Amino acid sequence: MKKIESVADLSRIKQEQIQRQEKRGARVIVGMGTCGIAAGAKTVLQVLEEEVQRYDIQVEICQTGCIGMCEQEPLLDVQLPNQGRITYGKVTPNLVKRIVQEHLVEGNILEDAALARLTEEV
Amino acid sequence: MVTGQVPTYQELDFYNKQMRFALRNCGRIDPENIYEYIARQGYQALGKVLTQLSPQQVVGEVKTSGLRGRGGGGFPTGLKWQFAQQAPETEKYIICNADEGDPGAFMDRSVLEGDPHTLVEGMIIAAYAIGASQGYIYVRAEYPLAIQRLKTAIAQAEELGLLGEDIFSSGFSFQLHIKEGAGAFVCGEETALMASIEGERGMPRPRPPFPAQRGLWGKPTNINNVETYANVPVILLESGAKFSQVGTEKSKGTKVFALTGKIKNTGLVEVPMGIKLREIIFELGGGISSGKDFKAVQIGGPSGGCIPAQLLDLPVDYDSLVEAGAMMGSGGLVVMDSDTCMVDLARFFLNFTQSESCGKCTPCREGTKRMLEILERITQGEGREEDLDLLEQLGETIKATSLCGLGQTAPNPVLSTLRYFRHEYEAHIRDKKCPAGACSALLQHRIIPDLCRGCTRCAKVCPVGAISGKVKQVHKIDSSACINCGACLEACPFDAIERA
Repeated sequence: MKKIESVADLSRIKQEQIQRQEKRGARVIVGMGTCGIAAGAKTVLQVLEEEVQRYDIQVEICQTGCIGMCEQEPLLDVQLPNQGRITYGKVTPNLVKRIVQEHLVEGNILEDAALARLTEEV
Repeated sequence: MVTGQVPTYQELDFYNKQMRFALRNCGRIDPENIYEYIARQGYQALGKVLTQLSPQQVVGEVKTSGLRGRGGGGFPTGLKWQFAQQAPETEKYIICNADEGDPGAFMDRSVLEGDPHTLVEGMIIAAYAIGASQGYIYVRAEYPLAIQRLKTAIAQAEELGLLGEDIFSSGFSFQLHIKEGAGAFVCGEETALMASIEGERGMPRPRPPFPAQRGLWGKPTNINNVETYANVPVILLESGAKFSQVGTEKSKGTKVFALTGKIKNTGLVEVPMGIKLREIIFELGGGISSGKDFKAVQIGGPSGGCIPAQLLDLPVDYDSLVEAGAMMGSGGLVVMDSDTCMVDLARFFLNFTQSESCGKCTPCREGTKRMLEILERITQGEGREEDLDLLEQLGETIKATSLCGLGQTAPNPVLSTLRYFRHEYEAHIRDKKCPAGACSALLQHRIIPDLCRGCTRCAKVCPVGAISGKVKQVHKIDSSACINCGACLEACPFDAIERA
């Protein structure tokens, strides 16, 4: 990794990262703070990996920290290219299976289970 | 795809009054990926500081911002930095107090786990401002995930040259270390924390000298908590003046609160200073989870106090809270409903501080012990009329004479409940009753004659044979034999037993 030696270096790295993020394909982000893990996020992650493999789809699986809604953990966000990020709450292994099939494979948001959508991105 | 039916975050009650400075990246980025932090303006404030501003200008911006310490007392951060900056020695230290220990508080943990780079960046800026080349993050070993993510963040920053020698080719060098604490509550007190880093027992030292003059290893030291440092990049990226537009006259910016207890939306919120407690609890928090009446909110942990329902419209700022007998503390909000006994609550918090007292100074060591004994006596129904005056007298003395913040604030939960819920104490002492129905020694089980059908089930389950009565006739509990176990209450199919 090349070291950052100036503000210009930092700006360049920032721009490169933003471009990388704009080109990203489908992503699923699991809330992996202590609150998420305590509520079962590790199981959610495991089932998610199995389901993605089973359907053989291209999905980037990421993690994030606590967004504040600890009551709703485990939280799982789905972000499809050029679309807002949809947050699902109190995610169970069964809900993961539905999300992978209906949202990731078929492209339909599970309106009954979605909590919110994050509008501004990057 | 139709997204119309899913509300945006801003449309949720939980978020629409929030304003996120310290938590701006939490839940948004991958905390283990420095590039995602950089993509959201990360390390830009540091670049600006190191290449465009003098240390004096940095301190000036922080002073203009009006930022006050988010860990407890609310001391002006810029002023604290200025003291350390003006200390004549060349060897200085920066410390982050991440020894979060209040029951029910998890503000710092969320920042450490969700956005560790904001802390790293804030600390480097502070180090440049005061002229330190070494820094420590003191974090409790009970936060393993936070420690792991901090280590990752530090390693990544070092790899990119954002920590280490000659950062941004400015000639400024800084190294950051993690010190894991063993979890003693007193180590959250700054002088005890520094003793602990030095390998000594975690016991406080008298102040003055303040850390800015003689801190870690006897050298000038600046110590702030996690949330304070997390605000620093926000201030420097824009300006102190812009930051100071948020909040009240004397409390600028935002505050992170952990909502716990009998509240619907348990979680973490960041709100502008000056917001009303009512808005936090009933709008963001969704109100009381049990559906019962709101009784009080404990703010500031074991050092803080209880705010009753009549003060729900109190603006949340440092000075209003102190005036009400509580304090901002680090930001724990424990919400209580009518089932909570305020005497028992005061006993719980005092039991906590009493066991965590390090024992160095007499007022804290002996005083909290005596106060706890009195509270235990009251909850056992053996309180005396003079106990309340004695509690107040002891409390005021301990506050005035203890060596460190632990003792100086330990009586607060007792004093604030005495101030707002004195009638509950009096009910325990005079009537031998616990109005909330929580102190088991004061409860009595009684059979309501009109509802009793004489089924004998209660008598059969009573482990001490305190219930007598013939079949199909009203039963009776002998209160002198009853141990208040509640078995009869559960067994009765007719709801004919009451506990009060």
